[in-house]
Amino acid sequence: MSAKQKQAAGITHDGSFYDLEELNAMHDKMLFIRRFEEKAGQLYGLKKIGGFCHLCNGQEAVCVGMHHAAEKTDYILTSYRDHGHVLARGSDPTAVMAELLGRAGGIVKGKGGSMHMFDAERNFVGGNGIVGEQVPIGLGLGFSSWYKDDGRVTMTIMGDGGINQGAVYESFNMAALWKLPIVFVVENNQYAMGTSLDRASAETHLFKRGISFKIPGMQIDGMDVLEFDKKMSEAIAHARSGEGPILVEAITYRYRGHSMSDPATYRSRAEVDEWRSGRDPIARLQAQMIEAGLATEEEFKQRDKDIKKEVAAVAKAAEAQPEPDASELWTDVYSDPIEGAYPYPVKVG
Amino acid sequence: MSKITYRDALNQAMCEEMTRDERVFLMGEEVAEYNGAYKVSQGMLEKFGSKRVIDTPITELGFAGLGVGAAMAGLRPVVEFMTWNFAILALDQIVNAAAKMKYMSGGQYSVPMVFRGAGGSAARVGAQHSQSLENWLANVPGLKVVMPSNPADAKGLLKAAIRDNDTVIFIENEINYGDVGEVPDGEYIIPLGKADVKRVGKDVTLVAHSRMTGFALAAAEELARQGIEAEVIDPRTIRPLDENTILVSVAKTNRAVVIEEGWCFAGIGAEISARIMERGFDDLDAPVARVTGKEVPMPYAANLEGMALPSVADIVEAARVVCGRA
Repeated sequence: MSAKQKQAAGITHDGSFYDLEELNAMHDKMLFIRRFEEKAGQLYGLKKIGGFCHLCNGQEAVCVGMHHAAEKTDYILTSYRDHGHVLARGSDPTAVMAELLGRAGGIVKGKGGSMHMFDAERNFVGGNGIVGEQVPIGLGLGFSSWYKDDGRVTMTIMGDGGINQGAVYESFNMAALWKLPIVFVVENNQYAMGTSLDRASAETHLFKRGISFKIPGMQIDGMDVLEFDKKMSEAIAHARSGEGPILVEAITYRYRGHSMSDPATYRSRAEVDEWRSGRDPIARLQAQMIEAGLATEEEFKQRDKDIKKEVAAVAKAAEAQPEPDASELWTDVYSDPIEGAYPYPVKVG
Repeated sequence: MSKITYRDALNQAMCEEMTRDERVFLMGEEVAEYNGAYKVSQGMLEKFGSKRVIDTPITELGFAGLGVGAAMAGLRPVVEFMTWNFAILALDQIVNAAAKMKYMSGGQYSVPMVFRGAGGSAARVGAQHSQSLENWLANVPGLKVVMPSNPADAKGLLKAAIRDNDTVIFIENEINYGDVGEVPDGEYIIPLGKADVKRVGKDVTLVAHSRMTGFALAAAEELARQGIEAEVIDPRTIRPLDENTILVSVAKTNRAVVIEEGWCFAGIGAEISARIMERGFDDLDAPVARVTGKEVPMPYAANLEGMALPSVADIVEAARVVCGRA
C-alpha cells in the first residue's frame, strides 16, 4: 500500500472511522505511556523517585481513549494513579518526569510528586491523593459548567477502590439531582491495592452503582482503545446534552503492583500473564493495524525503539534539572498572604 | 449606620457581595426555601433565585467538595454548614483539598471560597452540638480562620472573606445571632488579619475571640469596679493571627489573660500565650493565664453545662491572679 493509500485507509470500529494519523497517534501515546512508566519504575528502583509511585501499565487504553474522546476544554481529574492521564492529556513529559524526580521544572514545581499532577492550561485538575476525594471536586467542576453554562463536561475518574467511598454516592446524588454534565469513570483494574473486587464490593458490576440515583451506567472494555474511545464519546455526548451524569465502568488491569512497594502476591502470575498476553491494549491495536495493512511488525519494533529513546531523553533532561529553589518552600500557600503575618516557626535568636 | 442583628449583618454582607459579583453563590442545608436554619439567609432565595441560593441534601462532605471544585473553576462559593459540628464530616475536603490545592498544584489552582456557619457552644444541645473547633482549622497552613464577635465585625469580615482569594473558614456564634449592634450601611470591609482593641486599659490584657469577647468586656467592667483597668483585644482573625496588636498591648500592661470557649489542650490560648512568651517575654510581669472550657464533652444539665463553660467570674479571677490581687 502506498503512503497515500494508507492515509485514505484506516479502521472502522463499530461504525466509527479512525484514520491512520489518529491510529498512529493513539498507538504511540499508549506505547509512550508504557515506556514512561517503565522508566519511572527504574528510576524509583534507583531511589531517584521517592515516596509513593503508582504506575498504570496495562491501563493505557483508558487514558488514551478518554482523552481522545474528550474536548480540550473539558475538565479531567483523577486519583493518584495519574501519570498516564496527564501524559495522554498532552502535558509535557519532561515536566511530568521532573515532577517525579522532585525538580524545579516539575509540572507543579516539584511540590506535588507522583500523586499530584496538575495542568490548568489543559484543564487537568489532579492528581488527588485521598481515595475518592476527587469525586466531590469533580462534582464542583461540573456544577461550575452548569452555573456558567459553558458547555464543558467533567470526566471524574476513580478506581474500583474509590467507588466504595461515601463521598462518591453523595456526589452521584447531587450530580443526578441537578443534572450536572459529568461522566463518572471507574477504572476497574480488579484490585483496590491488595483487595480483589469481589472481596470489597457486594455489587461487582460497578456500572450499576448509579442505579439508585437514576444514573445510567455503561461497561466498556478498557483494554481496547478504539472501543473505549467510541463508547466514551457516547457517554460524553450524553453528559453534554444536559441529560445529566453517566457512569462508565472501564474493565482494565494493572500489570504492576498497587505502588512500587507492592510485590502483588495476592494474585497469580498466570492471571497477570493472561491479561498481558491475551488482552494487552497496545498489542491489540498493533494487531488490528497490521491486519488492516496499515503497518508492519517491523515498523512497530522501530517505533518502540524510537519511543524508548524519547523517554530516555525525557528522563535525562528531567534529571539534569536542579531541585526547586529554597524560596519555593514558602510560595503558593496563600494567594493573598496577609501583610505582617509572622511566618512560623519562629527563628530563635 | 443601622442597628441590626449579627444575623442580619451576615445576611447584608452576603447580599451585597452577591449583588456585586455574579460568581458568588450560597449553598447549604436549608439555606433557600427554609430561609436558613438560623435565618441568616432570610429572603435570599427570593432576591437571587434558585440558581444562586441552593438547598443541598444532607451531605456535608459532598457539598464541601462541590464548593472546592466550583472555586477551582472560577466561582466564589459560600458554603454554609448548619453548624461547624457537621463540618467534621467534610474535613477531608477542607483540610486535604481546599487548604492544600494551591501549594500542591504549584500555584495553578486556588480555592477562593468561604465555609461558614455557627460554631462554639449553643445552649442545652449536648456534647455533639456544642464545641469549638477553630484550633483544628487554624492549625492548617492554606486556611484563614475568621470569627466575628459583634454585628459590625460580622458584616465587615464576611465581605472581606468573600472577596479573599483563599479559603476562609468563617465561624459564627449561634448564641450571638440575635445580638444587636450598630452596623455601617453599604460598603464596609474589615481587612482579614487585623485584631481590634475593644476596650482600652493599662493594667492587664484580655485576649478573647467570638462570644468570649463579650465575656471579656463584661469582666473588664467588673475589674474596673475593683480598680483594675483591663484592655480587651479581639483577634477577629485567628489565622493569620495579628500578634503585633497583642504584643503592643502586653508591652503596656505587662500582664495577659487569654480566654477561649474551647478546650485547653493545644487550643488558641496555647498558641497566643506561646507567642507572647516567644516575642514578649521581657514585657511580662507574670505568667500568661488561660481561661478555657473544661475538658469534658458538653453536658446537657443546665448546671453542668454552666460549669463546663468559661464564665465572666473565671476571667475576673484569672485577671486578679496575674495582677497579683488574688
